[in-house]
Amino acid sequence: MDYFYAFLIGGIMCVIGQILIDTTKLTAPRVLVIFVVAGAILTAFGWYEPIVKLAKNGATVPLPGFGYALAKGAMDGAKDGFMAAISGGLKNTAAGLTAAIGFGYIVALIFTPKSKR
Amino acid sequence: MSKKQQKQQPQQAQQQQSKKPNKEVTKQYEQYVKQFTPKPKYFSNSLKAFVVGGCICAAALYIQNLLMDKGLSEKTAGAYVTVILVCTAQLLTGFGVFDTIGKFAGAGVFVPITGFANSMVAPAMEYKKEGPVLGVGAKLFSLAGAVLVCGITVSAIIGMIYYFIK
Repeated sequence: MDYFYAFLIGGIMCVIGQILIDTTKLTAPRVLVIFVVAGAILTAFGWYEPIVKLAKNGATVPLPGFGYALAKGAMDGAKDGFMAAISGGLKNTAAGLTAAIGFGYIVALIFTPKSKR
Repeated sequence: MSKKQQKQQPQQAQQQQSKKPNKEVTKQYEQYVKQFTPKPKYFSNSLKAFVVGGCICAAALYIQNLLMDKGLSEKTAGAYVTVILVCTAQLLTGFGVFDTIGKFAGAGVFVPITGFANSMVAPAMEYKKEGPVLGVGAKLFSLAGAVLVCGITVSAIIGMIYYFIK
């Protein structure tokens, strides 16, 4: 049942993204920004947590999940003081970001762009 | 072609007269362009995005369950899953396969974290000729930078608000 909910919620988020790209003039990077910020704000109001509980990776893998991780880290850090509140967001996403930056840099150095097939 | 010329000529004449872009003309032109823009297939695009996006999320859950069976905590396993997805997407981008998948699935691969990983590597590879520092290093963030800046700023604001409320 977990897999069903992960599939469903993850799929729905992708459909929302697809509809945003198709029907409005928003470009893909803007859609990404909207998703991350929306995820963070929904988390701040406590509305994203139930979705994560229900769908697990279906809610954390799409980009609103990145916003969720950022906001969650900041909210958890807020209990430990002001500095922790500011640094909490990045601390919570450090592993993924470091992998994306470090590995991405190496990949971009090694590979050359291919012509589109 | 002749239809196009007919419509463009009065526009050009009007624009030369007033120099400022006329609102009515722009409206007319937008309608004219609309006739020729192919309408996206909303339903089939959405269906593809739904299936592919759902599969990625289900696969992520499967990997997470595998890792948690091996005794990792939920948080560590989640971090591993993110790293695995990001690295896979970046490798696929390097091989040039990601574009092919992206053409088929659309938002199905761009909304999950794989799209974020792709948006870092793709421009970095294109600007390789400008050198490893200002080319690859700087362009790594040409798209992802926007996402990071907005996301981190919002998270910091949320953290501050929560600190002052509680």
